[in-house]
Amino acid sequence: MTAVLALDAVTKSFGPVEVLHGVDLALNAGEVHALIGENGAGKSTIMKILGGYLAPTGGQVLLDGRPAAFRSGPDAEAAGIVVIHQEFNLVPDLTVAGNIFLGRELTRGLRLDHAAMRAAAGELLARLDTAIRPDALIRDLSVPDRQMVEIAKALSRRARVLIMDEPSAALTHREVEALYAQVDRLRAEGVALLFCSHRLDEVARLADRVTVLRDGAVVRRALRGELTEDGMATAMVGRELSDIFPPKDTATAEELLRVEALSVPGIVHDAALTLRRGEVLGIAGLVGSGRTELAEAIAGLRPATGRISARGRETPIRTPQDAAAHGIAYLTEDRKEAGLLLDKPLAENLTLSALDRLGFRIDRANESRLMAQATRDFDIRAASPAMPAGALSGGNQQKLLLAKTMLPEPEIVLIDEPTRGIDVGTKQQIYRFVRELARAGKGVVVISSELPEVMGLSDRILVMRQGRIAGEVAGEAITEEAIVRLAMGLGAEVESA
Amino acid sequence: MKRRNLLKLPLAAAALSLASGAAFAQDAEPVVIGVSIPSATHGFMGGLNWHAQDTIERLGGVYPNVEFVLATAGDAAKQVSDIEDMMATRNIDGLVVLPFESEPLTDPVKQVKAAGKFVTVVDRGLSEEGIEDLYVAGDNTAFGRVAGEYFRDNLDADAKIVVLRGIPTTLDNERVEAFQAALEGSDKEILDMQHGNWNRDDAFNVMQDYLAKYPEIDAVWAADDDMAVGVLEAIAQAGREDQMIVVGGAGMKDIVKRIMDGDPQLPVNVTYPPALISSAIEMTALNFVSNAPMAGRYIIGSQLITPENAEQFYFPDSPF
Amino acid sequence: MKRIDLHLLGPLIALVGLFILGALLNPAFLAPANLSNVLARSAFIGLIAVGMTFVITQGGLDLSVGSMAAFLAGIAIMAMNALAPITGVNWGTVLLGMGVALVGGLLAGAVNGALVTKARIEPFIVTLGTMGIFRSLVTWLADGGTLSLDSGLRALYRPVYFGGIGWITWPIIVFAIVAVIGEWTMRHTRFGRHVEAIGSNDRVARYSAVDVERVRLLTYALLGALVGLATILYVPRLGSASGSTGVLWELEAIAAVIIGGTALKGGRGRVWGTVVGVLILSLIDNILNLTDLVSPYLNGAIQGVIIVLAVVLQREKRTADER
Repeated sequence: MTAVLALDAVTKSFGPVEVLHGVDLALNAGEVHALIGENGAGKSTIMKILGGYLAPTGGQVLLDGRPAAFRSGPDAEAAGIVVIHQEFNLVPDLTVAGNIFLGRELTRGLRLDHAAMRAAAGELLARLDTAIRPDALIRDLSVPDRQMVEIAKALSRRARVLIMDEPSAALTHREVEALYAQVDRLRAEGVALLFCSHRLDEVARLADRVTVLRDGAVVRRALRGELTEDGMATAMVGRELSDIFPPKDTATAEELLRVEALSVPGIVHDAALTLRRGEVLGIAGLVGSGRTELAEAIAGLRPATGRISARGRETPIRTPQDAAAHGIAYLTEDRKEAGLLLDKPLAENLTLSALDRLGFRIDRANESRLMAQATRDFDIRAASPAMPAGALSGGNQQKLLLAKTMLPEPEIVLIDEPTRGIDVGTKQQIYRFVRELARAGKGVVVISSELPEVMGLSDRILVMRQGRIAGEVAGEAITEEAIVRLAMGLGAEVESA
Repeated sequence: MKRRNLLKLPLAAAALSLASGAAFAQDAEPVVIGVSIPSATHGFMGGLNWHAQDTIERLGGVYPNVEFVLATAGDAAKQVSDIEDMMATRNIDGLVVLPFESEPLTDPVKQVKAAGKFVTVVDRGLSEEGIEDLYVAGDNTAFGRVAGEYFRDNLDADAKIVVLRGIPTTLDNERVEAFQAALEGSDKEILDMQHGNWNRDDAFNVMQDYLAKYPEIDAVWAADDDMAVGVLEAIAQAGREDQMIVVGGAGMKDIVKRIMDGDPQLPVNVTYPPALISSAIEMTALNFVSNAPMAGRYIIGSQLITPENAEQFYFPDSPF
Repeated sequence: MKRIDLHLLGPLIALVGLFILGALLNPAFLAPANLSNVLARSAFIGLIAVGMTFVITQGGLDLSVGSMAAFLAGIAIMAMNALAPITGVNWGTVLLGMGVALVGGLLAGAVNGALVTKARIEPFIVTLGTMGIFRSLVTWLADGGTLSLDSGLRALYRPVYFGGIGWITWPIIVFAIVAVIGEWTMRHTRFGRHVEAIGSNDRVARYSAVDVERVRLLTYALLGALVGLATILYVPRLGSASGSTGVLWELEAIAAVIIGGTALKGGRGRVWGTVVGVLILSLIDNILNLTDLVSPYLNGAIQGVIIVLAVVLQREKRTADER
């Protein structure tokens, strides 16, 4: 059988650095192919070459067995190759339907046929089992909803080859199921699918074929069932991964943070929590249950009512500066839009929240020392400290963001989605950092959509549902079932579970 | 009172008609006269605005039966809208207009005329002849010629002259061409002509550069007293006050005062009175309140202000 | 790397090129008196452009500065004229007039800043509004004409523009000092870092506990104070203010900032670049006046070409970065 789309001994160099070393890869019709590897292993580069966004330095791209040289993304799309990027390609001020048909608008005469586009978009969205309205504006949609629109847009392209970069990273459980159903359907229709994912359970569930990349070369190829999730992780990292979560042994009795009757109008209702020194407190719940908004309210980023006591003293917190003054720091889930200045050098990002430590005239020597220390402490891998933060890989951006958040030496740290979109090796590092913070006497709140993560890290877990804290599980009682039941509103039977 | 002496024509007409005007005011419906002029963006226009408002206020007292609608516009398009609004909402009987630019205003004013209204055009002519009932204007050709003739007759042989032009417009071209024509064939030399845009700051900069460029300058034609102020300052900075004379234009009160006092640097000035708007408004009002219809073309010539006659051109109250 | 360096130096090379061109075309160009004139003239726009660099770098814009300068010149002149009979014709009165301009500028800038940050109105809209307001106010105060400073005060005050140390006049000295402090503030202080961070991504700055509103407001107030300082140097030159004072200064200042390499969308501020941009614009005027190279009608076109070229160069640098 000839592959629909294939790479033949492809190499790619950026300047003098070769990042892909002779990669072979074949995508077959009616088959789901997973490409896995750590951040920086070369997955994105491969996807860009397949999607026509980059040209290979050596080797060739074969379309139906014949060499193809795509000049651009749209050029490849004309040949039926559609890419769903991790960064959304949506226009915020257009409607859902407008985005889905952007560049291929349906018309009646000279006029746009809005009714037809709305109807067609509605049909695609219904197939994905979402309740997104076709005439909603993108800017009003949540991140998962935007992801679903991206997928609908790709479906509308009638692709022969569909390439997806972390399609489920931003999706809730239910949406993920809808996505899987669509993958199955497309496979049955004979589409060749390729996806990247850090969720190894997803890879095991979906992929007919797995290719593992490490440092720009293929290190393992396997068919469905040949490789366990542990096996994949080992192949990616190149060493055995010992227990991924550090031991939980650091909580003390001293109360660092007490929140009572906290409400964010329309989103969070009457929330209460306490956090002790040395403790890692998890907050679980569905996307949209108010977890992020609760944390942002505590960090002074959202107007809220209620009482907050930090380090034993009740303090009004109206601005992020108030929060910082009381030792509270928040690490955002949206590192590209709210966490880092992507066009600024690493050091300027690192010190942004702690410039008062560098004096009235910024002490650059001291700043460089702090950067060097953060690079060591958090294992940030950067070609040069002068490079812009946006040029770092996702995992290293996250480590820089963590270093930046910790530089003002907060005592209470709220970490939202600590490992979104980063590889398993870096995840393990970040878990270790989180526990080390607790060991150093900080109180840490971890918000995560990944249940294993929140369970593995936390001493205690609060589960949120529809803006309220639905219940708490701690110690031995932390089980997936208990959390899911609370998140779904079936809390009564948790104790017996 | 001196102000009215400046333009004797309307005053004479007013004197003739005052009695009948007062009688007329008792019974008829009020007459509405629209006045549309450019806004006060520089000194001359500021003076013109001041005269327009002053005249309207004064005439309102004299002729209770006449109402005025005044609109100032920052550009031609706004002026067209103003005139349309006057027609549509105020139902004017007469229009006094100083066109911002000739071309864009010609058609709208023609419409007003076609609706049977009395039209007075001030200072800048429309691009089509015969539309207006009354035309009141300064004489740009004379403005340039008078200055040129003064230079021709009073400067030494081979004198060197620099010129500051206004904002590039037909009006400016007319003045400069007449100035050059007056000097034609004489032994005086025009060294340079650059645009000072009737603006003090721009004129200051241009003059600074003239002074740097030309070691010998005998006379400056600043063509406008706002520009003359900037020019004088630049000359003072270079310490060359006794080397050259400056002739401005339009009779700004401070400049007229210095002529009056016999300042050797400022021997003369050329009038281009902003008060011409007063004449236009007054004559238009008279058309309605008197029995003598007003029509025709009134060109208010440019005169040379000299130390001898300066007093009659000096209005300490005017902002210009 | 060489290419990027070249880009950074681009405006400076253009400035040196203009300098050489001017010297070749007319020897009078290099005379100290001419250079002194050009630099002193640049000082008004220059002071304003340094402030504008901060506003643009934080992602804002201020269209009102030209009108504000006219307004401040107007109230400073009126204040001095009103005070002269009481306090006498002396430096005290002049200093009070200067104070009016400076404090007035600070307040006017703070009003712009408060409308942008507290009332959350787009800076373009706010300053378009205040531009019209200041312009109308000065025309109204001058009764459509010109406000002139009392001649006694004028004579006293005049050396502030025309005097100095040799041919280096006070406006040049003040401009140089402000430029040095401006560059230092942008490059080496927390405030400058915050300004750049906000312009780069204001959400990131807010999440990093930067007081975004305060920093933004301060940039507008700083710009207003610098407009006041420019006014202090402007008034002694001609001793007058009118509705036509400072027309289009805002666009000249913005153009100088852009030519200097500060991005219009914010995030990257270069005060040195702005100084170079101001000098380029002044030199073009001066050289065109000193020579008969092209019709003075085309002056605006030449400045326009330079502005567009500067932006094209910026874009080339960005694509070079991305590769």
